[in-house]
Amino acid sequence: MKLADLAQQRQDYSYAFLDAHAKRELRRRILKAIAIPGYQVPYASRELPIARGWGTGGLQVTLSLVGPESVVKVIDQGADDSVNAANLRRFITTMSGAKTTIDTLQATILQSRHRIPEEIMLEGQTLVLQVPDPEPLRGVTADMSKAHQLHADADYGQMWLLLYEQLVRYRQYIQGASYPSLVNGRYIISPSPIPRWDTPKLHQAAHLTLLSAGREKRLYAVPPYTNVYPLEFNDVPFQVEDQKGWVCKTTGVQNKFMNELPQEDGTSQYELSDSGYANKLADTAQSGATYYDDQGDFYHAGYLKPPVIPPI
Amino acid sequence: MLDTSSRPLSPRFEPPQLVTSPPIVRAIGLHKRYGRVQAVADVDVEAYPGEVLGIVGESGSGKSSVLRLLNLEEQADSGTYLLNTPVLEGQDLFALDRFRRREVQIMNIGVVYQNPHLGLRMRFTSSGNIAERLLLTGERTFATLREAARESLSISEFPLNRMDDPPRVLSGGMQQRVQLAKALALRPVLLLLDEPTTGLDVSVQALVLDTLKRLQRERHMTIILVSHDLGVIRTLADRVMVMRHGRVVEQGLTDQILEDPQDAYTQQLVHAKL
Amino acid sequence: MPLLEATLLTKRFYIDHLQREIEVFSNLSFSLESGQFVLVGGANGAGKSSLLRCLYRTYVPTSGRALFNSALGVIDLANAADVDIALLRRQEMGFVTQFLRPRPRVSALELVAEPLVDGGMAWEQALEQARQMLYSFGLKEALWSAYPTTFSGGEQQKVNLSRALIAPRRLLLLDEPTASLDAATRNSLQNRLSELKAQGVAMIGVFHHPEDIQHLIDSEIRLTASQEEVGYVAD
Repeated sequence: MKLADLAQQRQDYSYAFLDAHAKRELRRRILKAIAIPGYQVPYASRELPIARGWGTGGLQVTLSLVGPESVVKVIDQGADDSVNAANLRRFITTMSGAKTTIDTLQATILQSRHRIPEEIMLEGQTLVLQVPDPEPLRGVTADMSKAHQLHADADYGQMWLLLYEQLVRYRQYIQGASYPSLVNGRYIISPSPIPRWDTPKLHQAAHLTLLSAGREKRLYAVPPYTNVYPLEFNDVPFQVEDQKGWVCKTTGVQNKFMNELPQEDGTSQYELSDSGYANKLADTAQSGATYYDDQGDFYHAGYLKPPVIPPI
Repeated sequence: MLDTSSRPLSPRFEPPQLVTSPPIVRAIGLHKRYGRVQAVADVDVEAYPGEVLGIVGESGSGKSSVLRLLNLEEQADSGTYLLNTPVLEGQDLFALDRFRRREVQIMNIGVVYQNPHLGLRMRFTSSGNIAERLLLTGERTFATLREAARESLSISEFPLNRMDDPPRVLSGGMQQRVQLAKALALRPVLLLLDEPTTGLDVSVQALVLDTLKRLQRERHMTIILVSHDLGVIRTLADRVMVMRHGRVVEQGLTDQILEDPQDAYTQQLVHAKL
Repeated sequence: MPLLEATLLTKRFYIDHLQREIEVFSNLSFSLESGQFVLVGGANGAGKSSLLRCLYRTYVPTSGRALFNSALGVIDLANAADVDIALLRRQEMGFVTQFLRPRPRVSALELVAEPLVDGGMAWEQALEQARQMLYSFGLKEALWSAYPTTFSGGEQQKVNLSRALIAPRRLLLLDEPTASLDAATRNSLQNRLSELKAQGVAMIGVFHHPEDIQHLIDSEIRLTASQEEVGYVAD
């Protein structure tokens, strides 16, 4: 008798790796998250063949939504070609037979770590953001059941207090990424560690955004055309990163989110963080509409206001 | 052993005739038990507008428990609690749900604790501690928060050049002033003071008491003051309730309690401390 | 009815740890009209001060009544609610002793003005009246804004009397206010008291040297020393 006779017959995994029950649970959770914008829905985060903390939250959402006809784009910090993004992309397509793209506008599902693309996403598209820490109140209380109660009561005074303290000490809001934002006038979310530059893109977006934390086992959503406002005092407006004058070294573009490349001589060069957008510009010099125009003006006029240094 | 059966009853006075306004605080039949300890047993608290009511007793007498009930920090096992404001008139505050109770607490009650760690965020700015009260009510204009913090801090005679220092670097007396400013920020109808000057230097204590006295006189505020220090009580309180083992053993005008105590326990307490 | 009418007023102290009662005075009846000045006389220990304290309710009368014809209605001082007594103390009844209770960081002027503010007057106006009062009692103007905690005994007395006699009262209880006063201050006090009497304030007082205010006295209540134990309650 050979060893192979004793072993079980080789079986394929379930479609899209997760079993049917897991996918059903996730879809129900996603529906609930969409029904209560910004509310963190707990779910039974499954084991995956990648480690927690490497995008398992986003991956489970993607796997529960993907189909053979899907077109998937995966980015990591804006780049399609990072190891992490490539791994996730290969795993998703192997398990589902979905096609892939690096064109933001061609994707039906766009899974991202820490960026929202520069081109305005369209109705029907789904943006899946990987979230390390879903709880915006973590800085306010270490007790998560207390945080739960604060959300329930919309008791966000302490979040505002953090901003007050920043203004008193630094005369500006200093939170760089995960800028706390109020969704649909009700729940404050951490929009995952996207830069402040990307936060306004969630406001009244045509696409669906799903945010999922695999390790923390919670997901939440910003449905299409939902109000999202970063926390800001009436007299001290929220500001995105100031990258005025930063020019992409390969495309010559300005007023998009840039990566800074320090040079040996102490100066810096800059390149577009959104590599798919950069490729598009390089190949065809044509792209879709962008959230910020060439002058850096945001597409919802009046949403972003000029900076104010508050007197203290 | 004291023979309590033969002692004269505490005098029972007539109900108020000249004071026609109803009490602003009316808590009736308060009971609170912690495990096997009956911390508060059948306590009534009434305070009239602009009055300072003192509650004295030794440690474990239940006086601080009463204050926590009045601050809506804890639920009474039984009893009713009315605050006679236009909005809350006739509403038993113990019957409110958690959300509404918190709202009522924020809008109507200020508190100063003996331990500033209970009342303050020690690592935030002092002004932020005050601003937080306004933030809880939905104030979202930074300049307004600054102005309110400035006003409250100067009312409690705190030096404004230190308004953005965190309480942890301040002296005990200054920390109590920050607590007081925070308590007053929303102009509460009721101010609760839990041993506000205990642990301070005698000279600092006198200054804080003086601020409280001045405030009370100028703002005509209703204050309920818990202290084991009869000197503090004498300085601030108009009337006093004496508590022991969770019960009120005697109440009266402050000078009457201190100089002609009727109850055996009060006599002991007064003679021990004076 | 008279301003004050005491009927069978009795005060006994019950000292619990001694398990015994001490009688101070018993079954006192007297009355007092507006503008009348009654001297409480009697030997030391006869309960003169205790009578004043019972009327002010620092002491709780054991039995009897003390009907007071307040501007708000007739009320029995022996049995009135604490808050009613507190109201009368703010508005109608004053108690004058020889001792000042100064507080740190409160100026002489503020200390004198406080009773007016407690009665509902605005600070500005109260301070103006306080200045006049301190002036009439002869406190050096340089001291008005100073803190009486540092004052001499004589200076404190001037502040004390100014504070005690500034607010309009229907009834003043005077507990040896002239004791150890210098001649000038005693003079100012006499003037102030006759002024108040002329305004219709009723006064009832204990004086070590009644000759100081002889011309003001309308009648006298004499207490006889009765400080004796009236029996053991238990034991």
